[in-house]
Amino acid sequence: MKSSVIVFPGSNCDRDVAVALEKLQFKNSMIWHKENVLPKSDLIVVPGGFSYGDYLRSGAIAAKSNILNEVIKAGERGSLILGICNGFQILIECGLLKGALLRNSGLKFISKNIFIKIQSNKNKFFNKYKKNEILELNIAHNEGNFFTDKKHLNELEDNDLIPIKYCDKEGNINQKTNPNGSINNIAGIFNKNKNILGMMPHPERMADKTCSNEDGLPLFLSLMN
Amino acid sequence: MKINKEQIEKHGLKLEEYNKIKELLGREANLLELGIFSAMWNEHCSYKSSKIHLKKLPTKNNIVIQGPGENAGVIDIGDDDAIIFKIESHNHPSFIEPYQGAATGVGGILRDVFTMGARPIALMNSIHFGSPTNKNTQNLLNGVVSGIGGYGNSVGIPTVGGETKFNSTYNENILVNAMAVGHANKNKIFYSKAKGINKPVVYVGSKTGRDGIHGATMASAEFDENSEEKKPTVQVGDPFTEKLLLEACLELMRENSIISIQDMGAAGLTSSSIEMASKGKLGIELDLNKVPCRENNMSPYEMMLSESQERMLIILDEKKEKKAKKIFDKWDLDFVVIGKTTDTNRLVLNFDNKIVADIPIPALADKAPQYDRKWNKPKIKKNNLKKYDLKKIKIEDALIKILSSPDHSNKSWITDQYDQVVMCDTIQKSGGDAAVVRIHNKNKAISISVDSSANYCSSDPKSGGKQIVCENWRNLISVGSKPLAITNCLNFGSPEKPDVMGEFVECINGMKEACEFLNFPVVSGNVSFYNETNSKSIFPTPVIGGIGLLDNLNKIINMKTKKVGNLIIVVGKTFGHLGQSSFMREIYSANEGAPPEINLTNEKNNGNSILNLINLNLVSSCHDVSSGGILISLAEMSMASMLGLKILKPKKFTNLNEYFFAEDQGRYLVEIEVDNLKKVEGILKKSNIFYEVVAEVQNDIFELSKTFSIKTQELYKNNNQWFKKFNAIN
Repeated sequence: MKSSVIVFPGSNCDRDVAVALEKLQFKNSMIWHKENVLPKSDLIVVPGGFSYGDYLRSGAIAAKSNILNEVIKAGERGSLILGICNGFQILIECGLLKGALLRNSGLKFISKNIFIKIQSNKNKFFNKYKKNEILELNIAHNEGNFFTDKKHLNELEDNDLIPIKYCDKEGNINQKTNPNGSINNIAGIFNKNKNILGMMPHPERMADKTCSNEDGLPLFLSLMN
Repeated sequence: MKINKEQIEKHGLKLEEYNKIKELLGREANLLELGIFSAMWNEHCSYKSSKIHLKKLPTKNNIVIQGPGENAGVIDIGDDDAIIFKIESHNHPSFIEPYQGAATGVGGILRDVFTMGARPIALMNSIHFGSPTNKNTQNLLNGVVSGIGGYGNSVGIPTVGGETKFNSTYNENILVNAMAVGHANKNKIFYSKAKGINKPVVYVGSKTGRDGIHGATMASAEFDENSEEKKPTVQVGDPFTEKLLLEACLELMRENSIISIQDMGAAGLTSSSIEMASKGKLGIELDLNKVPCRENNMSPYEMMLSESQERMLIILDEKKEKKAKKIFDKWDLDFVVIGKTTDTNRLVLNFDNKIVADIPIPALADKAPQYDRKWNKPKIKKNNLKKYDLKKIKIEDALIKILSSPDHSNKSWITDQYDQVVMCDTIQKSGGDAAVVRIHNKNKAISISVDSSANYCSSDPKSGGKQIVCENWRNLISVGSKPLAITNCLNFGSPEKPDVMGEFVECINGMKEACEFLNFPVVSGNVSFYNETNSKSIFPTPVIGGIGLLDNLNKIINMKTKKVGNLIIVVGKTFGHLGQSSFMREIYSANEGAPPEINLTNEKNNGNSILNLINLNLVSSCHDVSSGGILISLAEMSMASMLGLKILKPKKFTNLNEYFFAEDQGRYLVEIEVDNLKKVEGILKKSNIFYEVVAEVQNDIFELSKTFSIKTQELYKNNNQWFKKFNAIN
């Protein structure tokens, strides 16, 4: 499997996700944002961080960079695209995903381990998990409060386009187990064709037993399936 | 134009200091030159009051690659790996503008570390605020915490721990000390010493603006009611540019093109150019028209004294200029040759085709004034706590009160605002005795702990100075690491006051004794004087940042109790010392008595036997006993795992409060399997180490036989409410 990790000025989870991919034998390339050509890849990752310092609005400037044109084309052709944290924000800003990521409801940066529940595994990204499986992942963001209009929300809910929702250790999904105010506890969404996933939690941070757990690894394994 | 008295005072210089300047120049200075002298001769840059005392500290041993005097200290951790680290204060700016003050404190210390060729791998901090009832505290706490997080999170370096304390002594002078730790190849370390003449002097990074002019001078003066007016002297941070600068510098360092490199920190372009030239015994000539400026019509004075952030000065191999420029172009950063090295030993500044300053460099650096300030030996407080009827206090009430106090409360309200795991090498986050961070791609890790004990230092500076070194050493041992070296940040009042100077001198004497005995050298640091407002100084607050090494990731220990039925032993003897304890402060609001004594021999022996037990795989968990005594430390272990403990009564003590809340030093709590008890006892007895069994791990309930019984869940609740409540008010 070939993967490409896009690197913007200010990206800071690019190395982390590359380490996780390479651990699973992905042939990975790091792609600088000024490039005009994207190598042929089975997976494109838009990593976390603070692209362009989060200035103007998180993800807004990165969405206008050279390489994003290629990412958009690839996405439209059906390539698998994974946007994590700032990557999710960028995918929304460039229009590959719909909705908005607002400032956290608590108005503070949140970085901690949280739990998510797999809502749907019939897709390329979560097929190695069981439905309703509970994972412990890490979040670290200022703007992770997903919001969208009713029509889009219904479309997401009705078409299995919300693969993960925030919950507690026992799997309860409610206001109390919602870390950032996301509508319906949404932690990640797909586009209509389910080839593009944006998620706030960081699977790459849970890919090594020495430092954490390995709850994030099956996501990358699913992609190889 | 002649410099007048008012101008001299405005620059924070004394009249006799200006007379010395005239003597060194052989003429009157112009205003620009006066500004340059004031920037170099202030306390912050020249260490004029502290230098003769700092010299006493041990700074060398077989693992030290670079001690104090460079941007940061460097130690050898084997396999060609070096750790580069330093702690620095940003107290004054953070009080004036908490967010930017704290943020730029983090930015500055990161640059100190990556200037030397290291990739930063961890950030730590020590922050001290005034009393929670002071009207400024909430705002300062919020601003400082989001400033620290805002900068570190954005650059992408994990903030893995630190300490937060509250005391009315900091009401008008908060402390914000930031520490950065980086990893480098020990054969690829970069220094600030210039070499060779006619080499290009290159300015890289952000443009120069009018922010932070005279910041270092501000940090060398005390505050008064007009401090608010100093806001324009606080710099504004841009973590995005820092990240670019970090990556561009590390990329350039992979080529062999840098002769020397220095970040523009305090006193900006002035101190960076002078330090490089002075260390290389060279001269430097700059064309100020070439300095990239953010604003129009900036004067040479403003350019030389600006403390705009995220800038570096590099002396380059002239053959590599093109290649180097390409790297900075890639990162969209300014890269401008603004001058060259010379053999004149002088700093020569040109502007609009005129020489606007010409100063012999030794006058600015080596010949800066040094003072042996008058100091009074501090009066040591005596221990006399007899007037307190300790028996009246119910032990469980004291336990809950201390656990829910600001200083002992769980700090997750703070640490949840810091990205602690970016870079994916954080093995132990904050909340343990020390943070543990893996060396990328290797089976080894370093431990980091930051500690201070202002209460101890204020009642007995020498003993307090010893104590913080020992506590730091203990924290590093408690995670199973071998303590290697420290950095220190010395926060004090005005050195012009003999009593404050006395505290400083004695703290150093104490630290020196402990560092020497434990072979624990000081490799970098920073002195922050003038932490006073309206002539009232803060408690002497030296802060220690220590580094330890874990050469085997399987030997890492934390404080979480592991298994029901396991025993907890306390290693080290309890005498019942309550002077300056958390118990006295939280229960009686009493800041009384002497701090606990330090027995360096016991300290070393106890620590080494803990490491020995860990190496023999006999330890399930470990926690040092510090502020709050045995009972608080036991509660912390219990809350870490949410298992309970059945605590035993001591045989010799009639007063339980004395036993359980005493802060006698050199003690550790160690969890062991019952089957290993005999073996452990044998080892400890053989080395003459005092120990006693103090508790047994059980489910859910934290209890002391026939005295009290509390659910661990209840302890946790009490330990986790203060910050939320405090920040919900107003």
